Order: sequence, then C-alpha cells, then structure tokens
Amino acid sequence: MWLAVLAGSAGCYALKLAGLSVPRRVLGNARVGHISNMLPVALLATLVAVQTFTSGTHLGVDARVGGLVAAFVAVLLRAPFLVVVAVAVGVTALLRLAH
Amino acid sequence: MEPTPEDWRRVRTAILRDAIGIGVATGAYALSFGAISTTSGLSVVQTCALSLVMFSGASQYALVGVLGSGGAALTAAATAVLLGTRNALYGLRLAPLLDVRGPRKVVAAQLVIDESTAMSLGRPSDRANRLGFWATGISVFILWNLGTLIGALGAHALSDPRKVGLDAAAPAAFLALLAPRVRSRTAVGVALLAAAIAIASVPFVPVGGPVLVAALVAIVVGAVTRAAPSEPPADVPASGPA
Repeated sequence: MWLAVLAGSAGCYALKLAGLSVPRRVLGNARVGHISNMLPVALLATLVAVQTFTSGTHLGVDARVGGLVAAFVAVLLRAPFLVVVAVAVGVTALLRLAH
Repeated sequence: MEPTPEDWRRVRTAILRDAIGIGVATGAYALSFGAISTTSGLSVVQTCALSLVMFSGASQYALVGVLGSGGAALTAAATAVLLGTRNALYGLRLAPLLDVRGPRKVVAAQLVIDESTAMSLGRPSDRANRLGFWATGISVFILWNLGTLIGALGAHALSDPRKVGLDAAAPAAFLALLAPRVRSRTAVGVALLAAAIAIASVPFVPVGGPVLVAALVAIVVGAVTRAAPSEPPADVPASGPA
C-alpha cells in the first residue's frame, strides 16, 4: 500500500513540477495557446458528464441528472457559483427522498 | 485603463468567495474519498498521506480504486501518474502566469490541480488570475485534506454521502466553471465531443481515464482548428468565470 501511495505521489508531483519548469517559449506559439484554451473546456465538460452519469466504471442515470438539469437552469439564469452547487445538491437529495 | 482600487477589491472579493465555494464543494467530495479509501483497505494514515502528498482527486480515486479491486501497487501508482499528466499540461499554461522560482515554485507545483487551474484562467487581469490560482489551491488543499480526514475517520457514518445529494456538488461546480468558457463554436464542439467520447470510454478505461481522453480530444481539436475571434489568446484571458 505504501509503495503505491509514495510512488504514485512522487510521479504526480514530478509531473506538476515539470509543467511549471518547461521554458516559456513553448507557450509563445499561437497553436499551443489555442490548445491550452481548449483543455479546460474539454476537461470541465468531461468532469460534468462523467461525474453525472457514472459510478466507478458503470454508466447510469440517477437523481444526479435531475440535480444537474436544475444546476444548468441556474447557470442560464446567471446564478452565483454557490447557488448553482446548492441547487444541484438540494434537487438531487429531494429526488432521492421522493424515490 | 488602470483598474481602480475599488475595482480590485470587488474582483478580489469575488475570487475569494469562489475559491471558498470550490473548496467547500471539493471538501464535501473528499469526505467520500476518505471513506472509499479506508474501505478499499488503506489505513487512515495512508489515506491522509495521499491527500497531502498526491493531492490530485482523480489520481487518488484511481489509485484506491485499483488497490481496492486487487490491483498491484505499481499498477495503481502508474494509473495515478497517468491521470496526473494533465497537471503537467496545466503547469505549462500556468508557468508564465505564476512566474515562480525556488521555494514558491515547490509549493505552487503541489497546488497545480483542476480547480486551481480553472480558477486561474479567464479573469480580467494576471493579478486576478494569480489570486485565483493561489486562493483556490490553498482553499482546496485545506478543505480537501480536512474532508479526507473526516471521511476516513467516519467511513461508516458517511458511507453514503449520496443520500444528501453531495455527489451532485462536484459536477454542478464544474458546470458553473465551464459555462463562461464556452464562448466560441469550437469551444462548444470541444465540450460536447469531449463529454461524448469520455462517456463512451467509461466502460473501457480505468476510473478517471475519461478525463485523460478529454485532454487528448482538446489537443487534437486544438491542433486542427484555429482560435475563433471570440476566443482570447492564451496570454490575454477572457473576462471572469463563475
């Protein structure tokens, strides 16, 4: 267990440090800039999808979907961040309660 | 035009509020990580060590998932590191913004995660972006570790945080962060494509793997398309998120 914890942690930290240590000129390229603009979009979209529709490696639809629909409406209404999160949590809990 | 001190105070308040909000949402998620980790066979100390030293949610979930399902230590570590590659990509983006050296760089590197990166992009100024990174990184670090400890200790009591809907907190937080970044057609396409491919890949890749698939989608699409006029250049962020 400790081997996994320490080896994994060392590798993860090395990657973080490597990213910060690469020479600046790498980002001088417009294409690299465009790619790094697309990265958070893809990652956040994936995190939304995966954390809404999966449990481990299983796909499924549960109360979270209702919560996220409510959160999406809150986003469209330009609700503040915490309100969006609270709406999702509240609606999900209510749906589970009603089920 | 130079921002006035009043402008900056308003921006700073908004950033700190968001940083705490994301910390709370992530901390709530850490409760489930702590619980899952200890029920996967790791001790409370090992669980807390992961959150302190690895400090990367997807990597941590993947590591305890592989260990819990009987995977080898090095397989579990490799999966976690593979998932951590996106942090290197974040670092590439953050390096010119943060401009850190020496001890500050050692600390900053540990705070390079999804949340701090997302919060350090697209704000009105570099100063605001830097504050977004540090405030979110520190807020999430503290609350993620606190949540992990509580979750690990109370594994039995908190074995089902789903009951109170907490499993919907994180995706909702990511949705709120995503919305202001989707300004061009290319961005909408990338978001939908990445989400669709990630969902399709879920049954075939390890837990957390779809996020890496999404990073590949972003790189490929980013390489074959051009920045839309509505998309800010990498070093001139768009106006504020969340």
